[in-house]
Amino acid sequence: MNPATLRYAAAGIGALVLIALPLGLPDYSHYVLSLWALTTIAAIGLNLTFGYVGQISLGQAAFVGIGAYVTALLTTRGWPLLAAYVLAFAACFALGSGLGYPALRARRPLLPFITLAFGTFVFLVFRNEDWLTGGIYGINRVPRPSLFGLSTAAPLGFYYFCLFNLVVVTAAVWWLRRSPWGRAFAALRANPLRAEAVGIDTRLYTLIAIALGAALGGVAGVLYAALLQYVDPTPFSLTMSVSLLLMVVMGGSGRSLGPFLGAAAAVVLPEGLRFAQNYYLLGYALAVILLMAFWPAGLMGLFDRLLTMVMKLSAASAKAPP
Amino acid sequence: MPEVLQLLVAGLATGAVYALAAIGFTLLWQTSQTINFAQGEFVMLPAFIVLLAMNIGLPFPAAILIGVAASLLVLGFLFKQTVVDRISRHGALPLAIATIALGLVIKEGVKDVAGPAALPFPPLGGTSSLAIGAALLPVHSLIAIVVAVAAIAGLQAFLDRTPLGRSIQATAQNPAVARVLGIPVDRMTRYAFLINAALTALASILVTPVYLASFSNGEWLGLCTFVAALAGGLNLRGAIVGGLALGFIDNLAAAFLSATWRGALPLVILIAVALFRPQGLLGRSEEPAA
Repeated sequence: MNPATLRYAAAGIGALVLIALPLGLPDYSHYVLSLWALTTIAAIGLNLTFGYVGQISLGQAAFVGIGAYVTALLTTRGWPLLAAYVLAFAACFALGSGLGYPALRARRPLLPFITLAFGTFVFLVFRNEDWLTGGIYGINRVPRPSLFGLSTAAPLGFYYFCLFNLVVVTAAVWWLRRSPWGRAFAALRANPLRAEAVGIDTRLYTLIAIALGAALGGVAGVLYAALLQYVDPTPFSLTMSVSLLLMVVMGGSGRSLGPFLGAAAAVVLPEGLRFAQNYYLLGYALAVILLMAFWPAGLMGLFDRLLTMVMKLSAASAKAPP
Repeated sequence: MPEVLQLLVAGLATGAVYALAAIGFTLLWQTSQTINFAQGEFVMLPAFIVLLAMNIGLPFPAAILIGVAASLLVLGFLFKQTVVDRISRHGALPLAIATIALGLVIKEGVKDVAGPAALPFPPLGGTSSLAIGAALLPVHSLIAIVVAVAAIAGLQAFLDRTPLGRSIQATAQNPAVARVLGIPVDRMTRYAFLINAALTALASILVTPVYLASFSNGEWLGLCTFVAALAGGLNLRGAIVGGLALGFIDNLAAAFLSATWRGALPLVILIAVALFRPQGLLGRSEEPAA
């Protein structure tokens, strides 16, 4: 089998596992898996920003929050969820470009600081501007969508809805990476100077990656509002932004599967380690520091190493005389 | 008029603290290309060490000494030896991520140990106020200004007048050339980390009485430090000017704007700097990119 076929097969098996996984599990696990799926979408967005073009964003939670609040505000007023998708995507794309453009003008890495300041400001808007956001009480009774007459009000139905979103986002990013744009991204990542020399407008491509990363944060926010059916400012803090960034790093920045693994380690794993709940975030951050010291390529890098080792071993045993 | 004087003192007091932290942040960036995203937590933590020392019965002055010593050891020496030296060989990006993670470790660690509630912290010089005309000036703000200004002046004199200080400056300005000139760059970088730890410990002791000791103090303090350092142009004088200016603007905003719009200031300043003066207020555009 060639690597491409193998990859398609693995993707198909992965999708089947994700479809079969919640069957027979209690409702609460459907909630956790939904949260994992939407967190993965936010992390996939950040992986565009950080993994592909090497820009640190410390404001992804703000974009998730904007997506969530846009959804809550629109759907509680009777608008369809599709309108929330469009507005959340467009608003976050525009805001992402609006932050990225000035950040990329300086030669110093300004994006982390500008996104950090943006996240702080947006959090204050959520918390203080009661007339719009309901302040600390938030917005209640966000409706769940129904698709083609199928309601997603039940936890399992909503999980499949999240999974559907995740598949669409993954396919879109997969397509993007294979498009001429994606090749420009890859060239940019491999060698920015050479990319510029062959005529790629590196600043424009970096800006597009930042904006798309922000927009995917908004999409995750749409799902977040519909999952909890309630939004308040608390979750969209700096801690969420940092956690999302650490998930990307943990999984392996720039790797397509990285966000899936990083989000699983951040969202699903602590459910199994209930006793350690209070210390989980602390441990996760410590693990990232250790990864940076010994394994900057993250879990996917570790996986690659193991794979090459296994291949070498099997090749060696094949060559060995019987 | 009395309000103006009060605002001036409050602005100077917080501004001087931002300047202390921004100077340290700048020193680390320049000597070792370390972007310390945990700088806010570096300012948050020492106050808790002081409180811990007081909890086991030490008097306030002794507790301060313990706090400074622990900062030098942990935030200076150990941070450099374990985190920075180990990770910087993988590049600037992994190191930046590690300091971001370290900030979260310190924040969560303090929350787990000291609890999420904000604790009172004794102000240097007590809680009394000095009446000048109709203006009431808190003594601890005046002391904070004097201590911070003295520390900054002392540091400037050390960096400008002594051979060791000049070697540190040379390392900060251009590590490659400094190495060629025979300056032990690695040792100078270690000193820079110690200086940063001392500055953040001092900032912590001066600022915490105002904000109360809370595990989340590092978020706003860090943001203000970054803004002061970047708006100043990532050099020592710029960090001082940036810190003081931000302190004034922040206190003015606190007096005249809503909390939301006060919180928008760092964003507005950073975007304005990026658009109109990417090299910072006192930065020169021909400086090599850090």
